Amino acid sequence: MIQADLNIILPEIVLSVFAMSALVGTVYTAKDRAAGLLTWVTAGVLALVALWIGLTGEGVNVAFGGMFHDDAFARFAKVTILLSAAVVLVMSQDYMARRGMLRFEYPVLVTLSAVGMMMMVSAGDLIALYMGLELQSLALYVVASLRRDSMKSTEAGLKYFILGALSSGLLLYGASLIYGFAGTTLFSGIIGAAGDGQAPLGLLFGLVFMIAGLAFKVSAVPFHMWTPDVYEGSPTPVTAFFATAPKVAAMALFARVMHDAFGGVSNDWGQIVSLLAVLSMFLGAIAAIGQTNIKRLMAFSSIAHMGYAMIGLAAGTALGVEAMLIYMAIYVTMNIGTFAFIMSMEKDGKPVTDISALNMYAKREPGRALAMLVLMFSLAGVPPMLGFFAKLGVWRAALDADMVWLVVASAVASAIGAFYYLRIVYYMYFGEEGETLETGRAPVLWVCLMGSAAVMVLGIINLFGIEGAAAAAAATLVN
Amino acid sequence: MTIVALAFYLFAICAIAGGLFTVISRNPVHSVLWLILAFLSSAGLFVLLGAEFVAMLLVIVYVGAVAVLFLFVVMMLDVDFAGLKAEMAKYMPLALLIGLVLLMQFAIAFGAWETSQGADAARAAVTPEGIENTAALGLLLYDQYFLIFQLSGLILLVAMIGAIVLTLRHRADVKRQDVLAQMYRDPAKAMQLKDVKPGQGL
Repeated sequence: MIQADLNIILPEIVLSVFAMSALVGTVYTAKDRAAGLLTWVTAGVLALVALWIGLTGEGVNVAFGGMFHDDAFARFAKVTILLSAAVVLVMSQDYMARRGMLRFEYPVLVTLSAVGMMMMVSAGDLIALYMGLELQSLALYVVASLRRDSMKSTEAGLKYFILGALSSGLLLYGASLIYGFAGTTLFSGIIGAAGDGQAPLGLLFGLVFMIAGLAFKVSAVPFHMWTPDVYEGSPTPVTAFFATAPKVAAMALFARVMHDAFGGVSNDWGQIVSLLAVLSMFLGAIAAIGQTNIKRLMAFSSIAHMGYAMIGLAAGTALGVEAMLIYMAIYVTMNIGTFAFIMSMEKDGKPVTDISALNMYAKREPGRALAMLVLMFSLAGVPPMLGFFAKLGVWRAALDADMVWLVVASAVASAIGAFYYLRIVYYMYFGEEGETLETGRAPVLWVCLMGSAAVMVLGIINLFGIEGAAAAAAATLVN
Repeated sequence: MTIVALAFYLFAICAIAGGLFTVISRNPVHSVLWLILAFLSSAGLFVLLGAEFVAMLLVIVYVGAVAVLFLFVVMMLDVDFAGLKAEMAKYMPLALLIGLVLLMQFAIAFGAWETSQGADAARAAVTPEGIENTAALGLLLYDQYFLIFQLSGLILLVAMIGAIVLTLRHRADVKRQDVLAQMYRDPAKAMQLKDVKPGQGL
């Protein structure tokens, strides 16, 4: 039995062993001098494992008595997570090396947190869920305060850690109440105990606490308070990482718990999730208007986008989960391009994050400005770009589930939110003359920015075929 | 009243009193000592439940390591507890109000609490017959919960890396012992004998 189980979790084992051997190997040899090389190697390994999972995995495999599920849903999320983590690592290398904060522990911690994320999306048990979540978060707390001599970075790490511990407490309390109700921590047992239709009170009580804990991890309003400070304080490459892979993992985990463990009572959690979605969209759209720091702005933008993705979840159907997965994949691609640009923003060799620094940027670098324009339009959901089709997908799912009010609310929020994305474009093309911004030097960032912008335009033809994979993934989760 | 019931009430009252005084005692060192009492009483409760291994863990890990660590931290760090308390007193009324509301909500929820029909049956056969509970725990941990056990190992590894990344500083001005250099030193070159004449310096 154990042999078959280990075969199923082989990708996770390979990554963990790689992380540990990389750690020990570098400690005993070159230490921080090998950090740059290790970052590239780690990115390569993550991408290879993503390919391996994406190309060879098939069917539904259950390991360790139902604690670990390897199905199309988990594989879709894992490929997205691993690829985005690999790209972010590649982007960080130059930025961090030039500012003297590239340490060899960084790629190791990113790998370990990726292992945690893979556990999260494959969890079939409340304990496995918590363990994956904690492995991921603990590594994230550390990389948030990687620049330990900076006040803001340590503050970001500490805030994230304390609020993360609080949310873990809520989640655990909810999990213990659910165990008290169902008598088992396995999702398959819980869904049997929950029954169909109306959730019994005992379960509902635990469910609310679980959702509160999970909402914190996806930074949905009203559990979003940590996001702007953590995004602003962390080193920019780390912020880019926060805005990509962990978001996918948390949303996928959210969907898995709701459908695998509480699929029968989808009406009960559907209400809560749609409320979270509406609040997140509006707060994300309105609070971002006053921001002058582009990292804070991206934090509010991520809150709003989580709201849109949650519409798919709130629909409670296979179509909804499919739309959510596609939304997350597109969102991650947009964010990689945007953060590639933010990382390349500098003046006199120092990084700047002020939006007004973008004044008349289009005159100096028309190519990059055009790519940024495409990305901003896509984030705002302006029709010809891919971001619009992401929104269209969740709207279609919501309409299919008769949630017209949710569609109307999100259309309004999206119109409000478009303002601040367009303001960036305005600054770049019609701003005042002033000191010009330097971007350049790192070719990797240029490739990521241009690649991401190209995807936003070219993807509208057929979404690069991910639609079929997402539909298959959703079908295994919702049945 | 049987001796078991008497022991239960004794431990339970001690645990509650320990917890209460941990929170309200003015001297932080006393707080830690009360905390130790709470831990020990809970260990007693576990023994009554038949979970000897967990009880011993509680004594060894929590009392033996964690509480002593707290004690050291409290005694060594010069924290202005009075200042912290004054800061906390500002938010006390609001905190009390929220706490009260939460408590009432819990009371309503637990008043109508129910479990699913199979829950008791699913929980019932936790300890197998004829095995000591340490062995039973071991069987669970290394067999059924093997994956979880390994994952907690990874989590501890991350915690260790984190502690080192965030706090270790390599200082250039510190002299370190180099054992190999000491052993490979050539005695003939390490020492010079000079004949010093009386009344004269070198």
